[in-house]
Amino acid sequence: MADILSLEGVSIEHRGRRGVSRILDGVDLSIAPGEAVGLVGESGCGKSTVALAAMRYLPRGMAISAGRVLFEGRDLAAMDEGELRRLRGRRIAMVYQDPMSSLNPVMTIGRQLVEVPMLHGERDAARARDRAIAMLREVRLADAEATMERYPHQLSGGQQQRVVIAMALMAEPSLLVMDEPTTGLDVTIEAAILELVRDLRARFGTAILFISHNLGTVARLCDRVGVLYAGRLVETGGVREVFRAPAHPYTRGLLDALPDLDRPRGGARLAPIAGTLVAEDRARPGCAFLPRCPHAAPAACGAGAIALAEAGGAGHLARCARLGELPARMAAATDAAAQAEEGPVLLEARGVGKWYEVGGGMSGKPRRVIRALTDASLEARRGGTLAIVGESGSGKSTFARVVAGLAGEARGALSLAGEPLSGGVDSRPRELLRRVQMVFQNPDSTLNPSHSVGYALMRPLRRLRGLGAEEARQEAARLMARVQLPAELAERRPWQLSGGQRQRVAIARALAGDPDLLVADEPVSALDVSVQAAIVNLLADLLAGSDMALVLISHDLALVRHMADRVAVMYLGRVVEYGPAAQVFAPPWHPYTEALLAAAPRPDPDAPPPEIVLAGPMPSPAEEIRGCVFASRCPRRMEGICDTLAPPERVFGAHRIACHLELAAPG
Amino acid sequence: MARYLLRQSLNILLTLLAVTFLVFALNELTPGDVARKLLGPYATQEQVDHLFREMGLDRPLLVRYAEYVGNVLRGDLGTSVIYRQPVADVLLDRLGNTLLLAAICFAVIVPLSVALGVLAGMRERSPLDRGISVFASICASIPEFAMGVFMLAIFVVWLGVLPGTSPMRATAEWPVWMQFVLPVAVVTLYDAGYLVSMIRASMVEVMRQPFVRTAVLKGMPFHRVVTRHAMRNALITPFTVILLQLNYLVSGLVVVETLFAYPGFGRMMLEAALAKDIAVVEAGALVAVTVTMLTQLLGDLGYMKLDPRIRI
Ligand code: SF4
Ligand code: SF4
Repeated sequence: MADILSLEGVSIEHRGRRGVSRILDGVDLSIAPGEAVGLVGESGCGKSTVALAAMRYLPRGMAISAGRVLFEGRDLAAMDEGELRRLRGRRIAMVYQDPMSSLNPVMTIGRQLVEVPMLHGERDAARARDRAIAMLREVRLADAEATMERYPHQLSGGQQQRVVIAMALMAEPSLLVMDEPTTGLDVTIEAAILELVRDLRARFGTAILFISHNLGTVARLCDRVGVLYAGRLVETGGVREVFRAPAHPYTRGLLDALPDLDRPRGGARLAPIAGTLVAEDRARPGCAFLPRCPHAAPAACGAGAIALAEAGGAGHLARCARLGELPARMAAATDAAAQAEEGPVLLEARGVGKWYEVGGGMSGKPRRVIRALTDASLEARRGGTLAIVGESGSGKSTFARVVAGLAGEARGALSLAGEPLSGGVDSRPRELLRRVQMVFQNPDSTLNPSHSVGYALMRPLRRLRGLGAEEARQEAARLMARVQLPAELAERRPWQLSGGQRQRVAIARALAGDPDLLVADEPVSALDVSVQAAIVNLLADLLAGSDMALVLISHDLALVRHMADRVAVMYLGRVVEYGPAAQVFAPPWHPYTEALLAAAPRPDPDAPPPEIVLAGPMPSPAEEIRGCVFASRCPRRMEGICDTLAPPERVFGAHRIACHLELAAPG
Repeated sequence: MARYLLRQSLNILLTLLAVTFLVFALNELTPGDVARKLLGPYATQEQVDHLFREMGLDRPLLVRYAEYVGNVLRGDLGTSVIYRQPVADVLLDRLGNTLLLAAICFAVIVPLSVALGVLAGMRERSPLDRGISVFASICASIPEFAMGVFMLAIFVVWLGVLPGTSPMRATAEWPVWMQFVLPVAVVTLYDAGYLVSMIRASMVEVMRQPFVRTAVLKGMPFHRVVTRHAMRNALITPFTVILLQLNYLVSGLVVVETLFAYPGFGRMMLEAALAKDIAVVEAGALVAVTVTMLTQLLGDLGYMKLDPRIRI
């Protein structure tokens, strides 16, 4: 059958003030009817440009310089505006990252949905409306009729994405382009959306172009996959072949850099890809990956254009000059029982909570209490990592902020090495400030763009440690070496560094005061996979053999499994499960932990679809909940008990689970 | 909502009290004596003192203020010293003139600047955008009086097609409506220049939003994307500023009114303030503050109507 979409040697260039740069370079890609094709790669690889090219909606300054984009055999470039309009929304539809901003904030959901059929030939408004309601039911939105009258901001992120998907499917298009559709959503919501798309695809037979940086989501949804690097397709093939037997060194690197959710931590290191993609790589005559490739042989790889070549199974192609000579992929080393001895308790939290009051008084809004964090009892030990996982709104960041003193006065008792750790940063003595340091998700929030890296490091050295100018300079150089930053970067400004380098600077800065406790809030979630691995290794190195403790806040279970000694699982401001990592990741589980584990995407096409998919959103922290906080979404809820009585704490040694279920102790 | 209205009404009341009291007190502090001014330089000090007492000016400030508030509540705004008429009469006459001018200006400015701002902002950096933007910033950067003088020079002195003053009485040569043309033109050019830039900026911002892409990729024609999806969003931010123009048009037209000898509210306030005609200044302040507060209220309500995310 003819392909729905095919890209034939498509090159796209961007012309800007800084000259011409090549965004895509001779990309060939085709999608057959009903097929789901994934496109993966890190930021800057050009994958979103492919999506926009498929809709002939390139941003200003970008244009196709070679090749053709064909939709059902017809060149998009040759169509006039009218033809294009009849195609868009009707035959090709798109689902975007960040559903909130993709919906018009001042129009009801209903009007935005009804527009689609009305634009494509429907005359009868009532029929269009019925169709919209039916579609909202298809995407499993409870109460479809009421949703029609709502505005986007009245829906949760997951609901918004369902609306966007419903909108895309309104006209039953033959191709659905999805650009990072689950990025930014919580894992349980992501799992539900992916299940929905799988199901809708089976029923409507829609072909899908699925663009993602997340290999796990691609593995769950796609039949074939293409890997993009610097605008070039470096590997393509069936999802099974590519993920099982990746041929190109970049694809291998991507897969090896990922922490493995199903493998316990054992001192194993992740395998990062060295370096980052720089602008010059796009113009390289040979392999664009050459500067970062561990197998590079400059003579063979840098000479000239490299063609896609057969790499094993049928249709499995890779663009590498040394395809036949590459060593077989090594299985990552697993040091089984290399669990480090746990040090003495450094940070101890007993019944820590943080409630905010909003509204009331002169604001004219009713007074409400936001229970951001309730009754958290945890400890972090020297030389170890306490990881806190949970979805957004779980209270994990609030805990980090309370520890770091950024949330002001909190309830309960916190102590650092036996001394009370209370109040906000303003009221803490300098010595205490030095001992607790924080690393944020976005390093830019703490780095002043007008200060050089060296200056950014010297300032805390002088302020917190009282060093003189010369001493501070030497110490700053030592810090940079400790976080593996080349010394010559000291003169640079933050914007001249890559994301990974900036995060290293932020870590070095946090280390400047020689802290006892490092609190890292999603330290790698803004980074590309290949860079993320290097930062994770760095954090592990810094901890090994030191008596510092790390509190790691993360939504990424695989990362937590890789790094943590102790894990706390949080939901709606409460710790629902807590214990040594090995025990938390093994049964018995709290039902929420179980759901999180099931939902986490694995880069394995043969991983079974999650058995448990949580429905509905997390309740608001302003709601007063009498029973179990998880009761509204728990698949194992017991009516009459879970929603009325606070669950008891089940204790298995150092492992605690707050649940009414009679959980059996491990045998 | 009811709470909000209640709170706002209370707010207005308090502000009115505060402002009138402030004007009262300030008047006290500035030099110059109303009685002396009334009687002229040749009156004896005795006569002045007598009038001073007769006007009750020797009593404490608070007492007089309380009395004033009482009078106002009964509908008595006092008598103007310079116009020698009840304040209410002067005020109504001038306010009427000003409201007429303001209404005409507003009716021209708003549609004009919305249309130009949207046209310019819908395609950033297009020739149309560049043209409108340049025109708007030129208009906004020329001060009103310069613009006025410039227009007077062209249309009155040189071409002689329009009247140079606008006393609002039909004269032999010029009917009243023609007397409006120049003041309205000056105010419109100056004010619309500013509004156009503002609406354009907001429109540009909105056109970059992902939901505009969503609409285009639904297969919607561009003009409908602009009118249905972009425009309403683009008007949310400038909305309050648009309403603020009402304040400016009611109490801020001093320059234009003076330039064209237009008997308006702004000029009245200026004259009264210079002559320390406290009754007029107080009444004027009452009006100005009420207008300001009402536009704010209107702004909030309209804002809520425009943007469903806002609840008050
Ligand atoms: S062509 Fe050479 S540099 Fe490029 S991926 Fe293959 S081995 Fe590495
Ligand atoms: S207490 Fe009940 S609702 Fe809560 S997690 Fe356990 S089974 Fe589920």
